Amino acid sequence: MVLSLSKDSIMVLREQDVVLLRNRIKEVAVKIKMGLVNQTRLITAASELLRNMLRYADGGQCLIEVVSRGRENGIRLTFSDKGPGIPDIALAMRDGYSTGKSLGLGLPGTKRLVNEFDIKSKVGEGTTVTILKWANG
Amino acid sequence: MSFNTKQLLQKKKKNILELWMKNQLADESLREDLISNEELRSQSEELINALVGNLTDENFEDLNSDKWGPVIEILGGISITRARQGFSPRETGNFVFSLKEALFQVLQEEISDPSVLFQESLKINRLMDNLSVVTFETFIKGREEVILRQTDEITEISTPVIRVWDGILALPIIGTLDSARTQIVMENLLQEIVETGSSIAILDISGVPAVDSLVAQHLIKTVSATRLMGAECIISGIRPEIAQTVVHLGIDLSNIITKASLASALAYAFKVMRLEVRKVGTIHKS
Repeated sequence: MVLSLSKDSIMVLREQDVVLLRNRIKEVAVKIKMGLVNQTRLITAASELLRNMLRYADGGQCLIEVVSRGRENGIRLTFSDKGPGIPDIALAMRDGYSTGKSLGLGLPGTKRLVNEFDIKSKVGEGTTVTILKWANG
Repeated sequence: MSFNTKQLLQKKKKNILELWMKNQLADESLREDLISNEELRSQSEELINALVGNLTDENFEDLNSDKWGPVIEILGGISITRARQGFSPRETGNFVFSLKEALFQVLQEEISDPSVLFQESLKINRLMDNLSVVTFETFIKGREEVILRQTDEITEISTPVIRVWDGILALPIIGTLDSARTQIVMENLLQEIVETGSSIAILDISGVPAVDSLVAQHLIKTVSATRLMGAECIISGIRPEIAQTVVHLGIDLSNIITKASLASALAYAFKVMRLEVRKVGTIHKS
């Protein structure tokens, strides 16, 4: 059972907002005593997803939640956009695949950086990605 | 118009100014440290003169009329200077709102018929609201200019290229590497390579908080461009947590020379250039 302890929502519309959001995540991560390596992993994962959102969907919304399961605390981030959507998620999750000119590591790399990863997308409606990182996981 | 507010205001200009000044001076948010009373008075007088002077029967109702140009200009000038002087938005807003109050006071004294008073107050209210919006727009614009200038300054100072040795350049990167920043970094670095004829460039990323795939891609591009110029590029300052993250992300930096610290990058550069640093008096055996 995963409990949500606090919620905070931020709109991301420009590249500068990425820095703002990263700092906010860092604040929350420090508060729940997440280790430096996990902090960096979570922040990197978040900035990957943010960049995707900015690049393909012209921005969207990010929900920061502090969650708890038993004795463990963690951070859950939900990124939702109203972009074009991903037609083939399995293909998008493959290393090295990119419709833009990037390295194609954003989605698969993010999955490797966090504990839980969930992606839902509907073509023409938008994409929602949820990631979860435990403080000591 | 059954009642001529225009004429009333022109007649009562002095009166309004006095009331306005009284309102402003009575306000708790008055900033005597930023603006003297005489200056405040002359600013207020200028605005009232422009306001009453440009008031005609036609533009009283039409807020977008060109006739308001001079008033908006003066008001804009005042709020921009206030933004630069460090006034708070509330203090700047009160400047206009207290004028509105003064106008109402005069109207109240002069008009006895409630329905006419209401009609005229409504018009004045609409006009002054519009002017308040203009004040805020220009105030924010003034603040934004300050921010823009600072942003420019930050990009200027944040990408210095340092000559650490003859033929060795170092470029410490602090903060986030976005596309615009990478462009500046790359330009500066390549330019400096040409000017100094350096053969080794060290990119130090100790001050970069997070390396995601976009930042990595920017780094790889910079390294490739440096190589095209015939120089070798070393990336230093890779912290343990960054190293782990990069590996998890699956970014391949194996064909780039990377070092943990600037010192080890410099040592490597010396080795490549067949230089050695020795303590005075010691002889190298071999």
